[in-house]
Amino acid sequence: MQAGAVPALRIRGLRKAFVDVQAVNGIDLEVAKGECFGLLGPNGAGKTTTIEICEGLTDADEGTVELLGRNWKTGADELRQQIGIQLQETQFPDKLTVEETLRLFRSFYRSGITVDESIKLAQLEEKRRSRIGGLSGGQKQRLAMATALVGDPELLFLDEPTTGLDPQARRHLWDLVEEMKREGRTIILTTHYMDEAEQLCDRVAIMDHGKVIALDTPKELIATVCSEDIVEFAVSGSQVPKCEGPGAPKVDVEALKKIPGVQSHRVDDGVHQLSVSELHTAVPRIFAALEEQGLHLSEFRTHSATLEDVFVRLTGRNLRDE
Amino acid sequence: MSNPKKMSLETSSLFQLTATRLKLTLREPEAMFWIFAFPILLALGLGIAFRNRPADVLPVGATTPQLTQALAADKGLNATKMDESAGTHALAVGTILLLAEQRGDGVVYRYDNTNPDARTARMIADRAIEVAAGRKDVVTAENELIHETGSRYIDFLIPGLLGMNLMGSAMWGLGFSIVEGRQKKLLKRMVASPMPRWQYLAGYLLSRLVMLVIEVVVFLGFARLVFGVPFRGPLWQLALLCVLVSLVFSALGLLVASRATTIETVSGLMNLVMLPMWILSGGFFSASRFPAILQPFVRALPLTAAIDAMRGNMLQGVQLSQLMLQVGILLAWFAVPFAVSLRIFRWR
Repeated sequence: MQAGAVPALRIRGLRKAFVDVQAVNGIDLEVAKGECFGLLGPNGAGKTTTIEICEGLTDADEGTVELLGRNWKTGADELRQQIGIQLQETQFPDKLTVEETLRLFRSFYRSGITVDESIKLAQLEEKRRSRIGGLSGGQKQRLAMATALVGDPELLFLDEPTTGLDPQARRHLWDLVEEMKREGRTIILTTHYMDEAEQLCDRVAIMDHGKVIALDTPKELIATVCSEDIVEFAVSGSQVPKCEGPGAPKVDVEALKKIPGVQSHRVDDGVHQLSVSELHTAVPRIFAALEEQGLHLSEFRTHSATLEDVFVRLTGRNLRDE
Repeated sequence: MSNPKKMSLETSSLFQLTATRLKLTLREPEAMFWIFAFPILLALGLGIAFRNRPADVLPVGATTPQLTQALAADKGLNATKMDESAGTHALAVGTILLLAEQRGDGVVYRYDNTNPDARTARMIADRAIEVAAGRKDVVTAENELIHETGSRYIDFLIPGLLGMNLMGSAMWGLGFSIVEGRQKKLLKRMVASPMPRWQYLAGYLLSRLVMLVIEVVVFLGFARLVFGVPFRGPLWQLALLCVLVSLVFSALGLLVASRATTIETVSGLMNLVMLPMWILSGGFFSASRFPAILQPFVRALPLTAAIDAMRGNMLQGVQLSQLMLQVGILLAWFAVPFAVSLRIFRWR
């Protein structure tokens, strides 16, 4: 196999409709060997459908998928040996132990790492003889990773590996993914956490309504789609008597938009967001404008744009809105 | 990091799947109860209730001391003197089977002629009173008593319970855990690995056969030791029948579980399949009691064929070659559900 010549994954013109929805609506992607590639988007964007077509679990209506130069029609047996898969919400039998589960999965592969190595990799040494029913969410997820790794795969699919985990367990899992990257495996993961994609992925495709709406490195996406900084604030009116109710006082948005450097404005749950280029000159003017309107700031912060802001910018919606 | 795969049980996926399935079964205490303890408790209970007692001594009543004495002279009767109203009451509540009343020179027997015991009491009482009055037998008769194992109710019951147990454990064992695996997305995870799909199902069947050995040996061993139930046919043929019966119900369990996505659905389907057989297939009483018009249907049920064949082997010592009708029915019930479920089986 000539290194680099064959991409780890190549998708052309992929479409898939379910009864009531066009889940995937024309996707082209190419992932190079050794890359960590993120599919990002809100729930229902078509990430899982796309990844399951790549994994050979769902048939596409249209389009082609090639993995490691093979396809599912003629090379399924070989492919199954070469890839590792972690699915969303797999529940392994509660009454099996960690070691038994991994020994079972190991037996499906012609070659791979030993059960011991996989336990060590997933840092489950202390739990090796524990039944799965007694594991924490993070440990279960690491076990799922380990079952994907026992076959020593060249290509690894991780479908929302950290959804539902607490922050510490997420970090723990990220370390594991970083380790996989260092070993030179190709990783394709889906997530709806922007920070996760920024942290782990070399390149990111942002999906919405079954289409890829942006595709680049996290850095470039942030730089090109929203080069600005983000200003977030919330207000409370000072002279407003209490009897006027709890509703946040009106902000004159037009006045704010006229300030040089302010590019756009949106409100989400009482929090105003401005994307601002010239942060150092714009911020004093924003303060002044709010003062003029008789408004008091209850919150104010700025941060540089994240993938989350990229998504908001591209779709006009927050990732959390489903 | 790659090691070439050594051929051993450790690395055989079929062995691992079978072993996993066995471990999961053995770690389910409720399942263990239904498979091992329940049929034994049932056999014990029914065996005690229907045990063959020494010929009953029948309770009867009589209105005069002479009659009472005449009746008590027969060992088959337990006679009590009582007046007419007390006797009527005793008859009504069943403490006596027959009341003998003196009327003039003759005797009147009051009893229920639809009750076999009461009819027996009538014959013994009549003989006792006639003998007491001086009747002589014209033909001399002697009794030679036999108590044959194999003709008792418990002998009839054991093959029936065995058949029902094989049906229950195979169907529940397969149906439940397959649907659970589908519900918890484990099936989907399995087919996402290189595991050959047929091995997943084969693992179920093989683990079932291992369980079967334990199950059948424990149950029949119990029946043999406690009740002395006979094994008149060749044991290897009985073993073969058990394997076939277990495969039949595994196939039916597989069919029932092949598309269901919730435990509730599959439980309903299983009861729908098993309930008619619990009633119709002759586990507790002979299936020939059902009307002739139902017989072809009853005979075509897999459990009827299973129980008939196992009774034939155990109780009558019938050879397998003479049970070809039952074996044929069982083979059909294996092949068709198995083929259909492979076709419609849903992995996710």
